[in-house]
Parts: sequence; C-alpha cells; structure tokens
Amino acid sequence: MNIEELILKKVKDLPPSGIRRYFDLLNEMQDVISLGVGEPDFTTPWSVSEAGIYSLEQGHTHYSSNAGMVRLREEISRYVQNNYGLEYDPRSQILVTVGGSEGIDLALRALTGPGDEVVIPEPCFVAYQGCTRLTGATPVIINLRAEDQFKLTPELLEKALTPRTKAVVIPFPNNPTGAVMNRNELSALVRILKDRDLVVLSDEIYAELTYQGKHVSIASFPEMKDKTIVINGFSKAFAMTGWRLGYACAHPEFIKAMTKIHQYAIMCAPTTAQHAAIEALRNADADVKEMVREYNRRRRVLVDGFRQMGLECFEPLGAFYAFPCIKNTGLSSEEFCEKLLLTEKVLVVPGTAFGKVGEGFIRVCYASSLENIIEALKRIGRFISGLG
Amino acid sequence: MEEILGILEKNCRYTAEQIAVMTGKNVEEVHEAIRKYEEKNIIVGYTALVNWEKTCKESVLALIEVKVTPQRGEGFDKVAERIYKFPEVKACYLMSGSFDLTVIIEGKTMKEAALFVAEKLAPLESVLSTSTHFVLKKYKDKGAVFADKPRDDREAIFI
Ligand SMILES: Cc1ncc(COP(=O)(O)O)c(C=O)c1O
Repeated sequence: MNIEELILKKVKDLPPSGIRRYFDLLNEMQDVISLGVGEPDFTTPWSVSEAGIYSLEQGHTHYSSNAGMVRLREEISRYVQNNYGLEYDPRSQILVTVGGSEGIDLALRALTGPGDEVVIPEPCFVAYQGCTRLTGATPVIINLRAEDQFKLTPELLEKALTPRTKAVVIPFPNNPTGAVMNRNELSALVRILKDRDLVVLSDEIYAELTYQGKHVSIASFPEMKDKTIVINGFSKAFAMTGWRLGYACAHPEFIKAMTKIHQYAIMCAPTTAQHAAIEALRNADADVKEMVREYNRRRRVLVDGFRQMGLECFEPLGAFYAFPCIKNTGLSSEEFCEKLLLTEKVLVVPGTAFGKVGEGFIRVCYASSLENIIEALKRIGRFISGLG
Repeated sequence: MEEILGILEKNCRYTAEQIAVMTGKNVEEVHEAIRKYEEKNIIVGYTALVNWEKTCKESVLALIEVKVTPQRGEGFDKVAERIYKFPEVKACYLMSGSFDLTVIIEGKTMKEAALFVAEKLAPLESVLSTSTHFVLKKYKDKGAVFADKPRDDREAIFI
C-alpha cells in the first residue's frame, strides 16, 4: 500500500509551515528571547480561570448545546453591542466555536468550494489560505503595500474582484502587520462591496487591541450587516489562547449552515472554557484595559527601538505585532531571522511566512515582557551593526 | 502623568527616556514630573524587593496588632510616630476594626522580635495591648510573587 497516495493532493499541496524550522532550532537553544509566537504572554485573568475551575467543581463537565451555552451567547450579544455597536440575536445569529480558527474554517467550508474565489489580502494570518484551499476554492491574493500602511485600499480590492468572487477576507487589526482600518477607510470598501453577491469574512480577533481610537467592524455598516460574518474570540483580548474559544456572528442562515458543520465535526466548544468566558465578558474589562495599556507601552518601545537602529517601521495601531522593514540590511527575511537567531538568540518571524509580499519584513510580536523587549532590541541593534 | 507613577511602582529602574517612549511623552516632561513627585514626597523612595529567604541572612518578620489610647489633641498620629521611629519597625498602619495599629517589625530571631515587643512596644504608656504574629513565609509582597518565575515552557506553535 502506498500510503502517500492515499493522502489528498490538495492536502499534500498545502505549504508546509514556513517557520517550523526556526522553532526546531529554538528548541535546542538556551536563553532565546522569543518574539515569535503570536499569543499573549499574560496568563488568563485569575477571576476567569477561577470561574472555569469552579464550573469543574460544580460538575459542569458535559456537552453544551451545539451552538454554545445560551447564557454565553447572550453575554456575547451584549458585548458586541456595547463594544462595537453590533446587534445579533443570541439564539439565531451567534455560534460559539473552538477559537476564531474554527469560525474561519466553518465559514469557508459552508460558503466556498471549487470554482469560487476567495479574496485574501496578504500579508495575513496563514489559515485563510489554507482553509480556502481545502474547500477547493481558489485564493485570490491581494498584495498590500507598505506605502498604504498595509491597509486594504478600494483600488486594490476592486482589481481583485471577479464574478466568481464568493468571499472577501477583511483581516483587521492585522496579524502580522498591526495595521487597522478606520471608519472612513472601511466605508470606501463598503461602497464597492455592498451591491455584490459575496460574503465578507471579517476577522476581528484583535478588535480589543487597538491603540488609537476604537475598533470599527465592517458589519456596523447597515448595508454590510447581512453579508458579513464576524469572527472573534477570547484568545487575544482575554489572554485565553489555550482555552480554545471563539465565536462567529452573522445572518441566521449563515449561522445555521455553519452550525451544521460544527455539530458534525466538533459537537460543541469546550464547556469549561464557556463558563470561564462568561466571567470574562461580565467582569474582566479592567483586566483587558490593563493588558492593552501594557501592550501599548511595549509597542511604543519596540517601534522606537527599530527606528533608532535605522529600520523603517510604520506605526502598528492594532494587535500585538510590529512589522519593520529590513531591506536595508541586504538580507532576505529568512536570512535575517535565521542569522539573528543563531548569533543573538532572538526569535522573530520572516514576513514571508505571511505571504510572498512579506519579503523584506519581519514580524516581531510584543506580547512579551518589557524587559524581554528591551533586551531583544539591544541584541537586534548589535546584530545589525555587526552586519556592517 | 499618574501613569508614570504606575510604571515606576512596577519597576523603578526604567529610565526617564524609556518611560517617555512608553507613554508617548517627551523626556523633559518625564524628568520634570519625576522631580516634582520626589519633591512633594509622592515618590517616597526607591527600593529593591528582596527575598531574604534565599540568602544567608537570618531574619524574622512579625506583624503586631496594637491597641492604643489616642492622645488628646493629636489622635493616633503621635502614638504611631513614637512607635514607627524604632528602626526595627518596617511598616506601621492605622487600622479600622478591632485594633488600632498594625506594626510590622523585623528582627534577627524570634526572640529578638519578641523582646522588642516586651521591652519597647508594650511598655509605652499609650499602648493598651499587643498581639504578635510571626510571618512564616512570604508568598507575595508589593504585587510580586516570591516563588521562582515559572520557565516559559510553551511549545512551539505555528501561527
Ligand atoms: C488574525 C488571526 N485570526 C484568528 C486567529 C485564531 O485564534 P484562535 O483560534 O485562538 O481564536 C489568530 C491567531 O493567531 C489570528 O492571528
């Protein structure tokens, strides 16, 4: 039996994870400062963890309803209303998922397939393209530009749309660039999108992490509401990556379709995490604010540090990444990251891991202590001056 | 500007330059603010948080609940002052509830600490009673956990 032949071609063709290599190196090294992993260094606020523990003590160790506990969906409904002005009915328009990741997968699986095109602006989170390919749909990549601060412009969007476009991914605040889109910039996209038969997949997992003005959801434009699927979750804002909990908000028909897949593939999101999430939405505002304040300080120190050493770094206003340009070092992104890791033991991720257009950039995650960031900057500075 | 206090309270070794970058202010502003805080005794001092248990130094901490009679015209402040001026006293708080002052003292040995109470504190005229509790272990102080920081043993993940 030829085992390899049993594996689907589209799976074999998925690009292997580009930064695996570095992590393998990393595991063998000591004293590495990792600004590589895109997750909060904070542990979950204790009151939230405690609510999870309490639910276990109370014996809440069973499945929840497929779409998630009603109480949680009610809290989510209240939360997105208060924070982003979005109105969703808890019973028909909200689905609790295993992280934002599952929401992305469900939406693409429910809506796209062979013959469909999915517009994906890069650089971006790697899952959109991977999930799109698995459905058999065709990713259509938009190359965002540093001179636009990596925002999606109406010109770039318009060029990418065809009659086959089924879905458009709007990934802001952005991983890996830290770019955000304000209301004006979004409204320019809305003008193009509103009269077309397509779905917008708005990945707003970093919505709470913005540093200049509040996050605006594209779903808050009335003409976009019905055609937008909002993806959000607890991983980033509440430092809950390991709990694996997210949610999708959308038109009842979309939610119904996504729930079907979810019900067969997953049954329901983890119950303990759902109990904890209720506490997070009710009582963790102050914790979130404190984390955001701390990220903001780190962000400023990091960006200032890069500029001091002569690297161009546009100001990231969201998420917890900076995306400095390293072209003037004469190294490719991969060379830069590998050499930096080997000589100075600092892990950052080559921009190319998030799309070809990321060449010449590195992603530096500032979800790490200020002490680490200050030390990492020292090492990166030394590395760059050592290049001559 | 109170943000600066919050930052320094967490870690007083950040330089004015670093704080300026963190907060988006200019360096002169930060220098000036810190100078004012020091002048007004809003910043009372800068210290290191030491876990003496890991050193060879012998020492014990005791928390003493003290009941006192307030002095006419001066209330508790004068009594407190007479107490906190002893160098053995590391902290002294006026309390609500069933006693008046919390006095935290440090001595080399339990005996030394107990003797301080018996010979210096209890005999004071305005001290009505004392109740001494010895600290057996410090878990957390000034917001910092004393246990060794857990190693970051997160496994590599591709995101
Ligand atoms: C842009 C973006 N979307 C979604 C996710 C998925 O997060 P989770 O599945 O933990 O909610 C991530 C995680 O890194 C991300 O960066």
